[in-house]
Amino acid sequence: ANMKLILIFAALIGASLCLETFVGHQVLRIKTKNEEEVKQLQLLESLEHLELDFWISPSAPALPVDVRIPAVSVQSVKAFLESQGIEYSILIEDLQDVLDKERQDMAESAQRQRSSSFDFGAYHTLDDINAELDHLASEYSFVEKIQIGESYEKRPLYVLKFSTGGSNRPAIWLDAGIHSREWVTQASALWIANKIASDYGTDESVTSLLDKMDLFLLPVANPDGFVYTHTSNRMWRKTRSKIPGSICVGVDPNRNWDAGFGGPGASNRPCSDSYHGPSANSEVEVKSVVDFIKNHGNFKAFLTLHSYSQLLMYPYGYKCTRPDDYAELESLGRAAANSIRSLYGTTFQVGTICKTIYQASGGSIDWSYDNGIKYSFAFELRDTGRYGFLLPANQILPAAKETWLGLKKIMEHVRD
Amino acid sequence: DIDDEGHKYYLELELEDVLDKDSTVSCTAEVLYHLGSRASAPDVQVTVHGELRSTQEADKEFYNWIRSLEKELVAENIPDSHGNIPPELEPIHLLAWVASGYVIWQNSTENTKFHLAQVQHVKQVKRSDEDLQFDFVVLLHEMVSQEVLPWEVTLLWHPQRGARVSQS
Repeated sequence: ANMKLILIFAALIGASLCLETFVGHQVLRIKTKNEEEVKQLQLLESLEHLELDFWISPSAPALPVDVRIPAVSVQSVKAFLESQGIEYSILIEDLQDVLDKERQDMAESAQRQRSSSFDFGAYHTLDDINAELDHLASEYSFVEKIQIGESYEKRPLYVLKFSTGGSNRPAIWLDAGIHSREWVTQASALWIANKIASDYGTDESVTSLLDKMDLFLLPVANPDGFVYTHTSNRMWRKTRSKIPGSICVGVDPNRNWDAGFGGPGASNRPCSDSYHGPSANSEVEVKSVVDFIKNHGNFKAFLTLHSYSQLLMYPYGYKCTRPDDYAELESLGRAAANSIRSLYGTTFQVGTICKTIYQASGGSIDWSYDNGIKYSFAFELRDTGRYGFLLPANQILPAAKETWLGLKKIMEHVRD
Repeated sequence: DIDDEGHKYYLELELEDVLDKDSTVSCTAEVLYHLGSRASAPDVQVTVHGELRSTQEADKEFYNWIRSLEKELVAENIPDSHGNIPPELEPIHLLAWVASGYVIWQNSTENTKFHLAQVQHVKQVKRSDEDLQFDFVVLLHEMVSQEVLPWEVTLLWHPQRGARVSQS
């Protein structure tokens, strides 16, 4: 028996070759009856030149052994097994066939994903939005999805980072949906993300922008509130944090920033929709952004999307005096509003928050401006009250497109 | 400023027909906000300088349709979360707007800015006279406080007699 073994092993040694594809490779499932047979297989396993690939290694008689065998060795190995009376069956007749089919399936699936792509002209759930963020990150090498923190109810805060290189390049911040009922903003942010990603390399302006700067986009700044608008109350604005000592829930995240916190234009009543919260940055959704921006240290612009009213505003909200950079911000705001109007005739009013809308303390762009980020703007998108928060989905794309022109104008100025 | 009375505003307005964007009409108005914190609706005088489009046909159609319903009309969430309004409920939405206008007028000060956010609920109530009656619960969004609050308001409407808010 040993002699036979040696002869067959010799034949096997002669048969070993190096192949790059898996044409003709077979996968066998071997059923051992006893320890002796297990030892035979372990011997086989030790013959490295055969390049046998054990998917399940021989260990105990009761367990099957799966092994991939290169084409040239298939007949020899089978002869060996048969000579030893070891039972086997063929799991895979030709591995390359299986791999070819798998590659085809994957291509078809990817094709389906690209053509039945995300409908940017419709409103989506948080899960669908997060799936699209993954899709964008996987489709574009310069787009990365990062998590900057967690909401009160432990939902991840996902930011899309657009970066074509460099190390901590000067950056632009853009967020949407800090007030959850303002659905056109999250929807527009998705469209804008896709627009920027697909325009890089083809649009001169976007290309030169991303070649010099990084962009960080937070499409759903208040995920807890957003889910709540889907499941319970479409008109919910605030976060969903529990307030000690109150039956009411939630803090207005745009009164919670450390800029004139607690001043006029914010309520100290927990049940109010403009409740500023127990202290500045008490809301984790706000703190996460503050920490991220501070740690980055190189942001040049802070842009935030709200709805409705069609306004383009710069600081201040917490006080009714002009910022030091008033002239430049006013001029840039006007230019951006003109760009917006150029598309569909939609008019945006330009001015400081206090003069344009109302005095409001603890707002995000006041914080960013007072922390050295000069180009701080807040947009209020469509409409002016006819539908308000319930903007029909057929206006999402027009709103996103015109808003993009305004954002682009500002970003170009920041870049240059 | 009017001593011992309040603040008076003189306005020149352009009205745009929501259903016919090219159609505009100019108006002048005087609004007097009363002094003091005692809630009192501002005095309003409006003059329309021009003709408003006739809606006789559409009014009659809507009126006849409602009158022909076996069961009283009931509807919710107009528009829905996605901003959609079924076409046949568009007139109800417009009537809700009118009803909201009354509530807004009654609750306005120089520091409020209201919009109809959504018709949460509407129920038609059949009447023995010729008016149509709609009991609304409307959600009004107030811009300064950012509150969205429900208000109950009952509207009576008739093609010739127009819309009136029921005081009951």
